[in-house]
Order: sequence, then structure tokens, then C-alpha cells
Amino acid sequence: MFRSTSDRLLLGLLRCVSALAAAVVMLIVIFLVIESWPALRSVGPLRFFTDPSWHPASAAGGGAGRFNLIPMLIGTLASTAGAVMLATPLGIASALFCRFYAPKRIATGYRRLLELLTGIPSVVFGLWGLLVLAPLIRQWHPPGQSLLAGVLILTVMILPTVALLSESSLNSVPRAYLRGAAALGLSRWATIRGVVLPAARGGIVTAVLLATGRAIGETMAVLMVAGNVVQVPHSVFDPVRTLTANIALELGYAMDIHRSALFVSGLVLMMMLAALIGLAEWIGGGRMNA
Amino acid sequence: MKYGWVAVLLLLFAGTGTYVWSHGSQVEPPDLGDGLRGQLVLTGSSTVAPLAGEIAKRFESLHPRVRIDVQTGGSSRGIADARRGTADIGMASRALKPKESDLVHHTIALDGISIILHRDNPATALTDPQIVAIYTGQIANWNQVGGPDAPITVVNKAEGRSTLELFLHHFKLKNQDIHASIVIGDNQQGILTIASDPYAIGYVSIGTASYEVSRGTKIRMLPMKGIEPSLDNVRNGTFPLSRPLNLLTHGEVSELAAAFIAFAQSPQVHDLVEAQYFVPIDQ
Repeated sequence: MFRSTSDRLLLGLLRCVSALAAAVVMLIVIFLVIESWPALRSVGPLRFFTDPSWHPASAAGGGAGRFNLIPMLIGTLASTAGAVMLATPLGIASALFCRFYAPKRIATGYRRLLELLTGIPSVVFGLWGLLVLAPLIRQWHPPGQSLLAGVLILTVMILPTVALLSESSLNSVPRAYLRGAAALGLSRWATIRGVVLPAARGGIVTAVLLATGRAIGETMAVLMVAGNVVQVPHSVFDPVRTLTANIALELGYAMDIHRSALFVSGLVLMMMLAALIGLAEWIGGGRMNA
Repeated sequence: MKYGWVAVLLLLFAGTGTYVWSHGSQVEPPDLGDGLRGQLVLTGSSTVAPLAGEIAKRFESLHPRVRIDVQTGGSSRGIADARRGTADIGMASRALKPKESDLVHHTIALDGISIILHRDNPATALTDPQIVAIYTGQIANWNQVGGPDAPITVVNKAEGRSTLELFLHHFKLKNQDIHASIVIGDNQQGILTIASDPYAIGYVSIGTASYEVSRGTKIRMLPMKGIEPSLDNVRNGTFPLSRPLNLLTHGEVSELAAAFIAFAQSPQVHDLVEAQYFVPIDQ
């Protein structure tokens, strides 16, 4: 394939590294299946979606536990969807501002701020949410720790990801396109809408996808602000528990079937992520061909 | 990007190097002649673990050839690990249940659980039936118990915690019956939640709560059946919602484990127990 030795060496190395990355994912899935097997076998997969509630601890004491994951699945989906819906327009707008409207110095400073924001640990966001954001929401509508608080915290956390990655994909739009648009006498906004955004769409979709992944997986910050009550929320002011928060709250204290049931929630999370990636691929691919 | 590979490789080498260095060159501590040597593993309750860790540190400084590893994971883990032998000693922040009688418990301190409110909440006392009604959702507004017209934020603990078990046991409740507004993980999260919500009610360890009150955190402990939640009342056994902090062993106990347990129950560690706001026991 390649004639030079160094190229062949690089190929081998890259193959190894990719295999390693793939193996890690496969091993995690296998581990999850093994750990959740006792619960899947003795409880049965169906009951994780049909039981009346989530009270797994009594199973460890010999009683019949209840294992419904649906409220937490909805909690995860709702908080992620809310955050992505808020962060996507804001992030793209901020990327456009940075790339096309802001004076150079402001754009640079702004970008540094966003980069700083990506580096803040989630527990810091969580603490801020618990001490500042949740009490503010409570004044409006108790109890404060709620789906809304979770959505807002997640939005702040994924906003820089959307903004920075979108901007880099805006930057990679070929200069010739911009010159062409200028030659046609298009206004700045018409250029952005008609030329830049369509050309950068792939990169922006990737940015949103990565942000979605981060929002789904985020644990600590959501755990601290979302209230963690296992229920299907009726409004944004109701507390919710996400799948990740469920694992973090209970794993250290769980035994036997309860513990295994928590690994089932991890497995469900993994399947949800896979479905999401598949969906994104399908949407992205469909548009690409059109 | 050109130097990315080099950096990664360097980090890998540095990591391996540090590992080998830190594990390869452990100097054997001198033998003081007391014969105690080896390793102990303690697992279990996150309430007991910080205290056990402090006691272990002091024990290690007295017996340099002993290493003690303290891991948390809840009382149920402590019980299971002691039973399976994965840990030499288990830790549990509750008394043993009848079906756990295969284990031997060694109480090292006492702790109580107190109902806490925000400092500015005017409610002065709640009866047990009122607390039950609040936690089951029958009373949802503070004006039903003589407080201001504001909805009650009910703070409950996540499943599996011994604080929750003790609370449920005392009030004869089932977790299924509780209508919580917020579910929390550890004591600290509970205290932060209640300190930031004037209309919240929750329950935490008296030790932790007294420490936070002494630091000026905006929480207040509520008397139960007219008895003040204080370390003194836990000590003399009058406070109704209290629990022993136990070390657990199963079957044959090694000489080292027995020595550690005796040390943990001796007056030599009373200052450590008090520093953690628990009540030392008198042998």
C-alpha cells in the first residue's frame, strides 16, 4: 500500500490505537452486560419498563423490589433535550458573532472566556446551581431544585462546546466562497445564511452531537440541582432524576440485585446513546445526499 | 500537534516510572517489637469511615508495620464485605438486624439523627405524627403546622443509606409512601439544600448538624418528643433517634484486627470521636 517504511509503521501504529479505542468501548459494554445479568435474569428486562415505581432496595432484603427506569429515562431525555435546544441557537449565534461581527480583540477575549468555561469542573457548576440558581427558581416556583435548574446548568456547561466547535467549522469554510458571495453583492447576513451555514453544516451538527453526548453523560452537576425525585415531570418546575444521577446516588450503597439493576440503567443509557448517534447519522446522512 | 505524540509517550513513561518508583522503594519500617504487622481492610458506612480513618492513622503511627485501608460504600457493603471476607472489618452506622446475627458488632461511638429546618423557619416543634404526615404528603403547607403560608420542601435521602433506614424505621414508614420534593445523597448536600431553602425539612446526623450549626450555617435542629438533639442526649440514651456506629467482624478474628478494634474502643481515641461530633462510648 505504502512504499515508505515510516508510512507503514504509522499505519500499523494507527491501527493499534484505533483497535485499542474500539476495544475499550466493547469491553465497557461487555462489563455492563455481565454486571447487569443477575438483574436481567431474575427481574426480567420487561419489568424495568413496566414496574409501578423505582424502589430497588427492598429486593436486597428479600422483598420484591420495583425497578421502573422510565421516569429516569424521561428525566435524562428531557434535561438533555432542553439543554440542547437552548445551547444550540445560543452557541451558533455566539460562533457567528465571534467569526463575522465582533472586532478582533473582543472576539479573541470572548473565545478565551469560552475556553475557560469548558475547563470548569462540573461539581463547581453544581455547587453554583445548588446555592444560587435553585434558590432563585424556588422564589419563582418551589422547590427550586428541578428539571429547569438541570436544563439551565447543562446549557451553561455545553454552550462553550457548541460555540467553539461551531466557530471552528465556520472558520473552515473556504475563503473563496466568501469572496464569491461578496462578488455577488450579498449582504453579510445573506452570505451567512446562504453560503456559510450550509457549508459548515456538517461541523455544526457534530458540535451539537458532542454537546448532546456531554449533556446525557453529565452526572454531578445535575445530581446537585435537579432534585433527584424519581417521577415523570409534569412541568419544568418538578424535580427529576437522570439515569446517571441514579447510578451516582445509589451505587455506593447498593447490594446484589439493586446493584445489578443500576448497571441495567447504565446499559439503558448506553443504548440510548447508541440510538442517538444512529439517529444523528441518519439525519446527517439523509441531508447530505439531498 | 507535531509534538503531541512525544508528549503522550513522555507522560506514559513518566507514569510508569512514578508507579515503579513509588512501589519499588518502600522502606521497611523498623520493628518496634510489638509483633503487630500486616494489612487491614475496612469497608462500609460513609458515616463511620472518616472516624475509622482517623483512628487508623493513629493506630498506624503507633504500629509502623501496619497498613490500614479504609473504604466507604455504605453499611450494607460493610456487612456484605465482612461476611464474604473481602474486608477484615466491616463498618455499619446502625445496629445489626436479627438475620445478621452471624456477625459480631463492636460499637465504637454513638450518633443521632436530627430533623433540621432552615434557621429562619418559625416552627419550633413538630410531633412525630406531624413529621409522618409531612413526609407522606398529607401536610404540604407550613400553615397546617402553625408556620407561614408556604409549601413544604420535603428532603429525603436516596435508597440504601442507613440514615434513611433508621428514619423510616423510627417513624414506621416505607420509602414507597414518602412524597419527597428533593432527594439527596450525602449529609453535606442535604445541609446545603436546607440552608438555602427557608421552607425545607430534612434529616441528617446530629454530629454533622451540630458542627454546621456551630459554624453558623443557616440550619436549625428540631427537638424530638421534647428532647433537644444534642450529643449529651445521645450519650445518656434519651434522644429517640440515635444509632450505634459499629465495627463488624465475622468468624475468626486475626490478632491485628482484634488489636485495632480494642484500640478503637479505648479512651485513647475519645478525642478523635469527639472531633467528629460523635459520642464516645464508655467501656
